Amino acid sequence: MVKRILKYVFLALVLAFVYTPILVLVVFSFTDTVQIGTWNGFSFNLYVKLFNDARIMGIVRDTIVLALTAAIISTILGTTAAIGIYYSKKRTASILNAANNIPVINAEIVTALSLALTFALVLTFMNKTYASLLIGHIVITAPFVVLSVTPKLKQMDPHIYEAALDLGATPTKALFSVVIPDILPGMLSGFMLSITLSLDDYIVTAFTKPETFDTISTYVYNAVKVAGNSKVPELRALSALIFALIIIVVIMMNIFKKKETTK
Amino acid sequence: MKLAFSRKHLCIPYAVFLVLFVIAPILIMLYYAFTDSQGTFTLANFGKIFTDVPTISAILTSLAVALLTTFLCLLIGYPVAYILARTGMKSSSTLLLLFITPMWINFVLRINAFKEFFAMINLLDKSAFFNTVIGMVYDFLPFMILPLYTTLIKMDKNVIEASQDLGANKFTTFVQVILPLSMPGIISGITMVFMPTMTNYVVSDILGRMQITILGKLIENYFMQNNWNMGAAISMFLLAIMFLFTFFTGGFKNEDNTRGGGLW
Repeated sequence: MVKRILKYVFLALVLAFVYTPILVLVVFSFTDTVQIGTWNGFSFNLYVKLFNDARIMGIVRDTIVLALTAAIISTILGTTAAIGIYYSKKRTASILNAANNIPVINAEIVTALSLALTFALVLTFMNKTYASLLIGHIVITAPFVVLSVTPKLKQMDPHIYEAALDLGATPTKALFSVVIPDILPGMLSGFMLSITLSLDDYIVTAFTKPETFDTISTYVYNAVKVAGNSKVPELRALSALIFALIIIVVIMMNIFKKKETTK
Repeated sequence: MKLAFSRKHLCIPYAVFLVLFVIAPILIMLYYAFTDSQGTFTLANFGKIFTDVPTISAILTSLAVALLTTFLCLLIGYPVAYILARTGMKSSSTLLLLFITPMWINFVLRINAFKEFFAMINLLDKSAFFNTVIGMVYDFLPFMILPLYTTLIKMDKNVIEASQDLGANKFTTFVQVILPLSMPGIISGITMVFMPTMTNYVVSDILGRMQITILGKLIENYFMQNNWNMGAAISMFLLAIMFLFTFFTGGFKNEDNTRGGGLW
């Protein structure tokens, strides 16, 4: 009995460590003060300020557009790559898989610096442009698409593709009507994973972005890295909204997955 | 001649992409690591890593932060994963989700939340080192819990029961059976925590009030000063550590990577 209680007390303590800062920030997003800890009456002022701040709103939009663009390109590039690798000779496949794993296992700063060097000293025409930023994001997201799609290809029944060809489908037609539907779940998880990684990224973004361009990560880092409290209390409202959104998405995904497995 | 289209050719665009933006950049970095600002071959950059005081101090700080963070993550994460996976808890997968949800929230925002909270309880101005370590634990704990949970939940119950039937007490069973069997999870947990902790300077900047210089920060400093050669040398040093680590832990396996958290 005591053991049971201790178990729950321990879990509760760890959860408190994980969620207290987030909850405190959410609570203090509903009062208009610079410093959290002092309560200045309940209000939605920070939310109003946030939605009227054209700069922050622009950054939010840019961050989302970048994540979507990188995720779409990564999904196409990574899926075609996974299919190609799956049907390649063993040697080619193992070389490509090894190269694919480099950005996954490498410290992000190493990936970031190697890209920055390449753009600053060799591909100078696209240094610190949207193109270099987008490429940076694809480098860190596309490998995860390959890693998500490959297991689905391995589970696929190879005879169905052959059957489609025997029944007169062209290879392209067979690819789209037989292979793609089978690996779609892998493509979707690769796509969602790409969005998450792109939204979360700071280091590669900071090393490849145009001077005047900011994502939520780089903007918040620059606004709060200096000592003392952040001068932008609206960020609390933005954080609260993002926390709430992620928690809703996670709960929905969980319910959705439970339904899938009980089906 | 008819150009035969084959499914294997689909990997060509990505192969080109990898060569241009993954392989070539590492080779370029290698070149800069072994040359000076004039472009002549030198080993001085690597010599400097082991003689230059700020660099040595950054290496030692990184090691201290990373070792302490990894240890604390294991100390907190293992019991959490163990309780969830192996004590017959109902709806353990839902509870697990509570522990790893922060993984999907932008980490800069989470670190900022932690900073504001620490400022509120007047801890922010105390120890920059302590703040950095706690912040790293806060940031990376989910990445430790998830692989441990996955390993522990898959563990064969019969092996544990056999150990008890053969007369081992709970402690012996844990040390002799459960712990060795959880090694794969421990190793992937360490992989997910140790290296990023040595280099994620966002945490040390925001919580350490720019007073803590870890290796990632040092590379960023050289990047800001356009000192490519030193930045490249330190990056190659990190790359070498990474390869050694992956080699000794039996190579990279896809299952080891918990960035996705299995949500998608």
